[in-house]
Amino acid sequence: MQNHPVYTDNDPQNELSTLNLGPTHPATHGVFQNVLQLDGERIVSGVSTIGYIHRAFEKIAEHRPFYQITPLTDRLNYCSSPINNMGWHMTVEKLLGITTPKRVDYLRVIVMELARIADHIVCNGVLGVDTGAFTGFLYMMEFREAIYEIYEEVCGSRLTTNIGRIGGFERNFNSIAFAKLRKFLIDFPKTLKEFESLFNRNRIFVDRTKDVAAVTAEDALAYSWTGPLLRAAGVDYDVRAMNPYSSYEDFEFEVPVGTNGDVYSRFLVRNEEMWQSLRLIDQALTKLDKEPSDVFHADVPEFYLPPKEEVYNNMEALIYHFKIVMGEIPTPNTEVYHSVEGANGELGFYLVNDGGRSPYRLHFRRPSFINYQMYAPMSRGMLLSDAIINMSSLNVIAGELDA
Amino acid sequence: MAQIPNEELLKRIGEKFGEQVTLVGEPYGLLTVETSREQIIDLLTFLKTDPALKFIFLTDITGIHYPEQEKQIGIIYHLHSLTTNTRIRIKVFLVDGDVQIPTATVLWEGANWMERETYDFFGVIFDGHPDLRRILNVDDMTAFPMRKEFPLEDPNRVDKKDYFFGR
Repeated sequence: MQNHPVYTDNDPQNELSTLNLGPTHPATHGVFQNVLQLDGERIVSGVSTIGYIHRAFEKIAEHRPFYQITPLTDRLNYCSSPINNMGWHMTVEKLLGITTPKRVDYLRVIVMELARIADHIVCNGVLGVDTGAFTGFLYMMEFREAIYEIYEEVCGSRLTTNIGRIGGFERNFNSIAFAKLRKFLIDFPKTLKEFESLFNRNRIFVDRTKDVAAVTAEDALAYSWTGPLLRAAGVDYDVRAMNPYSSYEDFEFEVPVGTNGDVYSRFLVRNEEMWQSLRLIDQALTKLDKEPSDVFHADVPEFYLPPKEEVYNNMEALIYHFKIVMGEIPTPNTEVYHSVEGANGELGFYLVNDGGRSPYRLHFRRPSFINYQMYAPMSRGMLLSDAIINMSSLNVIAGELDA
Repeated sequence: MAQIPNEELLKRIGEKFGEQVTLVGEPYGLLTVETSREQIIDLLTFLKTDPALKFIFLTDITGIHYPEQEKQIGIIYHLHSLTTNTRIRIKVFLVDGDVQIPTATVLWEGANWMERETYDFFGVIFDGHPDLRRILNVDDMTAFPMRKEFPLEDPNRVDKKDYFFGR
């Protein structure tokens, strides 16, 4: 962290101004506040205030059956909701000892990697906007739209997806979803390449981001950073590689690692991750061809919600539906921690179950919450304009920050 | 490096701390131990600095409330050794009314907000914390809302009581 001058109240040169960055300001990308003390344009100190959209998710989760917690997870990181959904479903599956068929795992990999791309598109696009380059953002947003259309085909919704069920998916992927996915795989790399060439050697962009807000690996680890931010600082920790879930062990992919830990490294790491995600989706599609095409959930009728049509026409399905929705089926009295690699880092679910209808305690380890706490200390000594760029490179999502 | 087996990890901790750290269980393979607030910083320091264990990464700190137990308030730490890819869960239970525990910010800067959140939700006082204020709730709030005595719904509502469902 950079050294900064120390001011006292009696200092004749003490002419600091106070600037409220946020709570609602275009540069904060969400509702949270930083009260900054400025000496000219240089930040002397800062205090972060969060909690403006705190919605008490952990408390609500204590009163809801497992299925009704899925919509809460959607709203954590709303830029990549499927990762949150599936992380939660996998936690419950781990608790209940459910093994999912390979085809479900591969479909999950596809959806989660699409979500990661969608998240990085927004983050890197907006980083460009904050340096004054709007073009890249416009180029890329088209493909976030394409990803949302694939979600829409899979589950009917776009932003807060509620994708999936305990044990798999609510319905099978239709041919239109696959057609849209294939089209995405052909079109997106061209634009991503164009996007990279727009920025990677752009004098203004590189000058504004290189060596800005550089964080060492030690600092990043001390602050429990995860995800692209930690990897940009040179630590190759990726939950997908270290503790594979959803059969990530079957795939070949690299974990991009940066060297400087600065804004530019984070940008490069996220870009490279998008290429790796494309690679993963490509492999998953090949693997899917070898699996039976009609499997899309595990055979666990006591936990997998039956399709509505069956609920109306089949007595057994109706009974299961009732029992699942009312939380009548016994669950083990134990605790479980499961984590997935969210777009911002390790997204963990710590679930303490007492066999009741809803979790006794559910704690979300939200990467944005943990990543963001370094913002104020690291901004000291920085120029205000650099602090803005730094904030967009942290990719703080207010929903995930406050929960 | 290969993952440290739970037996070996427990043996190492046992050699150093003896009876002061007790085994709670291994739910889903994650070694869970319990200790006292007098030992917690020593235990965390040992786990972090021991050259063979290297639990350098603090994954999470959170709390839990068991109103029926004598020691009602629990603080739960999740550590991760990135070199050996081993995780460990540590629990400390405190009597309500005396919920003070030393801060882990002396070991990890990142414990700061996690402890503020635990204070905000459960009222745990972390001794030595540089800035122990509420973080997600408003400053003038007096309750600690994640404790079980604060129900989410109207307590007079009866249609969701367990006895209607044969429990």
